[in-house]
Amino acid sequence: METIILFAPLVGAILCGFGWKLIGETAAQWTATSLLFLAAILSWVVFLTFDPSAHPNGAYTVNILRWIESGTLSTDWAIKMDRLTAIMLIVINTVSALVHLYSFGYMAHDENFKEDESYRPRFFAYLSFFTFAMLMLVTADNLVQMFFGWEGVGVASYLLIGFYYRKPSAGAAAIKAFVVNRVGDFGFALGIFALYMVTDSIKFDDIFAAIPDLQDATITFLWRDWNTLNLIAFLLFIGAMGKSAQLFLHTWLPDAMEGPTPVSALIHAATMVTAGVFLVCRMSPLMEYAEATTNFIVFLGATTAFFAATVGLVQNDIKRVIAYSTCSQLGYMFVAAGLGVYSVAMFHLLTHAFFKAMLFLGAGSVIHAMHHEQDMRNYGGLRHKIPKTFWMMMIGTLAITGVGIPLLYVGFPIGFAGFVSKDAIIESAYAGTAGGYAFWMLVVAALMTSFYSWRLMFLTFYGTPRGDAHTHEHAHEAPNSMLFPLYVLAIGAVFSGMVWYGSFFGSNDKVGKFFGVPYAEASEHGEAKAEDDHGDDHAEEGGHGKAHYNLVGAPGEGAIHNSPDNHVLNDAHEVPVWVKIAPFVAMLAGLGLAYQMYIRRPDWPAKLAEQQAPLYQFLLNKWYFDEIYNFVFVRPAFALGRILWKQGDTNTIDGGINGVAMGIVPFLTRLAGRAQSGYIFSYVFAMVLGIAVLLTWMTLFGGAN
Amino acid sequence: MIGADIQILMPEILLAVYAMGALMAAVYTTKDGMAPLLTWATSGLFVLLAVWIGINGQGTNIAFGGMFVDDGFSRFAKIVILLSAAAVLLMSESYMQRRGLLRFEYPILIALAVVGMMVMVSAGDLMALYMGLELQSLALYVVASLRRDSVKSTEAGLKYFVLGALSSGLLLYGASLTYGFAGTTLFAGIIEATANEPSLGLLFGLVFLIAGFAFKVSAAPFHMWTPDVYEGSPTPVTAFFATAPKVAAMALFARVVHDAFGGIVGDWQQIVAFLSVVSMFLGAIAAIGQKDIKRLMAYSSIAHMGFALMGLAAGTAFGVQAMLIYMAIYVTMNIGTFAFILAMERDGRPVTNIDSLKMYSKRQPLRALAMLVLLFSLAGVPPMVGFFGKFYVLRAAYDGGLAWLAVAGVIASVIGAFYYIRIVYFMYFGEEGEALDGKMNPVLWTFLMGSAAVMLIGVVNLFGIEPIAAAAAATLVN
Repeated sequence: METIILFAPLVGAILCGFGWKLIGETAAQWTATSLLFLAAILSWVVFLTFDPSAHPNGAYTVNILRWIESGTLSTDWAIKMDRLTAIMLIVINTVSALVHLYSFGYMAHDENFKEDESYRPRFFAYLSFFTFAMLMLVTADNLVQMFFGWEGVGVASYLLIGFYYRKPSAGAAAIKAFVVNRVGDFGFALGIFALYMVTDSIKFDDIFAAIPDLQDATITFLWRDWNTLNLIAFLLFIGAMGKSAQLFLHTWLPDAMEGPTPVSALIHAATMVTAGVFLVCRMSPLMEYAEATTNFIVFLGATTAFFAATVGLVQNDIKRVIAYSTCSQLGYMFVAAGLGVYSVAMFHLLTHAFFKAMLFLGAGSVIHAMHHEQDMRNYGGLRHKIPKTFWMMMIGTLAITGVGIPLLYVGFPIGFAGFVSKDAIIESAYAGTAGGYAFWMLVVAALMTSFYSWRLMFLTFYGTPRGDAHTHEHAHEAPNSMLFPLYVLAIGAVFSGMVWYGSFFGSNDKVGKFFGVPYAEASEHGEAKAEDDHGDDHAEEGGHGKAHYNLVGAPGEGAIHNSPDNHVLNDAHEVPVWVKIAPFVAMLAGLGLAYQMYIRRPDWPAKLAEQQAPLYQFLLNKWYFDEIYNFVFVRPAFALGRILWKQGDTNTIDGGINGVAMGIVPFLTRLAGRAQSGYIFSYVFAMVLGIAVLLTWMTLFGGAN
Repeated sequence: MIGADIQILMPEILLAVYAMGALMAAVYTTKDGMAPLLTWATSGLFVLLAVWIGINGQGTNIAFGGMFVDDGFSRFAKIVILLSAAAVLLMSESYMQRRGLLRFEYPILIALAVVGMMVMVSAGDLMALYMGLELQSLALYVVASLRRDSVKSTEAGLKYFVLGALSSGLLLYGASLTYGFAGTTLFAGIIEATANEPSLGLLFGLVFLIAGFAFKVSAAPFHMWTPDVYEGSPTPVTAFFATAPKVAAMALFARVVHDAFGGIVGDWQQIVAFLSVVSMFLGAIAAIGQKDIKRLMAYSSIAHMGFALMGLAAGTAFGVQAMLIYMAIYVTMNIGTFAFILAMERDGRPVTNIDSLKMYSKRQPLRALAMLVLLFSLAGVPPMVGFFGKFYVLRAAYDGGLAWLAVAGVIASVIGAFYYIRIVYFMYFGEEGEALDGKMNPVLWTFLMGSAAVMLIGVVNLFGIEPIAAAAAATLVN
């Protein structure tokens, strides 16, 4: 079954990409889509039936083939099935299948292509190929296989961002995404090399087993010694930063919105950009013992969440707002992962995939309705024109802003998906940092999230129509193929948080059971009393009861790992009440502010922007990251390239070779020709000269000396 | 005792007796009328002797007190010499016939030259060496000026003779110096004399000997005769010059430096490396300016000799093996190339101008393709066999500690590739010029296609020449 899940998208991509001329465009698209739905359904079967306790270490491996055999590097191509993989499978395949379906409507007519051009099968093939690569990434049982998938999604992302290849901006964005990701991938690759160097293996199982021996090891890198685990974790995290668009390597994500909207939903919201989070969770046995790095991850994640939210406040392009929102939410996930509550990070990853994909597809529906107008300043009052889309967007907004009923607990909290998972992260942040930097950043970011999300809603669906009246007149609801995916995702956006609260953010015994990690009751003295996986489940929910549990598995036992002194999850359940309601208050504040500024007093934003012009410009220009990078990296790179090209290649190499080939050699040829005079005496002279040279040589350097 | 010696010398004696008998027969009968028959008979005899030597030769046999050595190395060289001489004779027949050049002396002189070469490669003594060398040379001087009524041809013969005489003088001077300081002309004796502290006089003798050999293999700076003689001689004679005598001289070179001076490899290694690098570069650079394909082939052969000498310069058994492989490949390529050149004619007159090949591929696609393969092979472009020849010698030089020489060889081969590929360019992309016409004689066609096919098919295992050459080299260097 796992093999079918993995290969169905690949088969779909091949059939659709290469076979569409044989089977026709529509058939090709249906082939790819139906194979994806098959994979999605099987993924749900796997996810729901997966029982970690039935397998040693909560995981099993499906071997596909022997892959690399070179010296001590020996690895299989295999599917590692554990809870992490199962979660990713449903996220990827569900969103991908729905996006395939959605694309039928969205890509039906595209003015970027000529009438008789066939671009749809190509689009579907890329989507399927992306899905395959992503599945390769998450099913990997070793780092190289993961890297293969990692690069595969990079390629697919490049192809899809640049799908409108006639638009120069799309091509530039595709290159930008690719190049920025190279920076991250370089770190990732170095991390893999380093791991291979110290553990002599690239298999997760071997690496995790070797971690306890490496805790105090050092490694020399760049002129000094480092703590091995910290360095490796940091290098791997650089890779994650690139893929997941964290601060400093985030610049490609907003530009990636040049791609078709379904691509943004699939790749740049739900799946690929979460690969970094997945990587950190997958490497949790390593991360747990790399304290300096995880602190850095928390710091950077929180900063990213804050930064992206501030920029999202002032963007006018509907897709860019959501893109910055994605960037910000990824920061949330990294905070959780960095704190060591990997289950919470995965929780937000899961819920975010639903509501963010939904927001993107909803935005796509709006764009579709508005004839590819993306500027929100030209929207307004659309809720009457496209009510179904409006309601779906509303659900998505409620989910992302975290609407729910705080402090009410009926076995699980009541609220939209984002409410549950985001609050879990914020509570963990409070617990993990003792109310420090990360916590406050996230709360402020939650306020801003609420503000820009509602701003988006108000600008788009409320108020009076702005912009081209003709466009507004012809605004129309999307076809069912585009609406159906929204409905499905809406279910996830509403319920996924409540349903899986216990599994991801319940007490450690539930989490441990879900992820297949051994857990034990923590006694008063902090000593763990070992308890079987199947032990009586008498713990009270949410950690409010007397019994406290800790995850006690050795590294590699179970899908995630917690070091013995990691109590963040337990502590997170015991944060003060004001912490628990803080995100809710922030949400309400953001909502109120947005309502005030965009419904009651629509003239405020302009005034504010005028008043606070420097700040507004600073935010509008995304903290000038692009400008700084352009100045610091891009232009020097171009200058260097120009020097190497003009001076190095054209002048030196070409000039040198041309000089030798067209100047020196012909000169020598003429010389040789002149020596060949035809006169015997000159020939004899040459011979005598030759023998004189040889004799002199022999006299001076010969063996007789 | 003498009977056993004669037994060992039997192929050479047989060939010599045949040459004399044929001379008598032709003189007393129809003279030139017998020439075609003699040509075929001679080449047939060459092939027979090659087969005989190949099948019959066993072990190392020494005759006349060490003057004559019949070992694996000499047999390898002899077979290559005989077969290439036979091929060239067959190719020349129709060409000479049509130009009225097919005199009965021609095959007989070739046969005598071959006898000389066979003695050369088997020489175990400086006197036997000189005898063989002169027999070969004298025959070649005459053949070079075979076209008596042509100024160019006679000039070529005369130049060759005068310069050859000089080189013989150098060789003889070297031989006498060697004798003077070693006290013997036997190689086996000379190597003993070099065992401890060779005197400078002996080294001088070595230098003069090498100069003489360098002249015969046309290695720079003793190459000056080559372009003129190649250009002036009738084309079949040029083809002959480019093949069998080169092999013989190279084998002789290897025999002397290893059998007689094997104890002082370090001394002659420098000289051979010097000759090698100068030849490679001179051959590559000077050929670029040539407009006549025969002159071009002369420079090409100089460059190729440079590469073969590179193998020799390594001073190892593998170096000799590489040299032997290189020579065998070189001869095969040259036979094919000269088969092509022999067929170049317009209005029944031979043409050797490179410009005449422009757009040749349009009229003769197959022949152009075969020539292309041969030229690429000559240039050392993989996967043609010529590449492997170069590869062997480069590896030998590198293994022998002459990395700089290998690097120089690569650079030279890059420069040299230019003029080979220029011909390809003319054949395929040049402007339409005055076209060549004329049919290709089936014999020539066969040799051209066969040689080109060998260049391609040989990639598989070089026709098993590698172990044979290794065995041959092992008998020389031990």
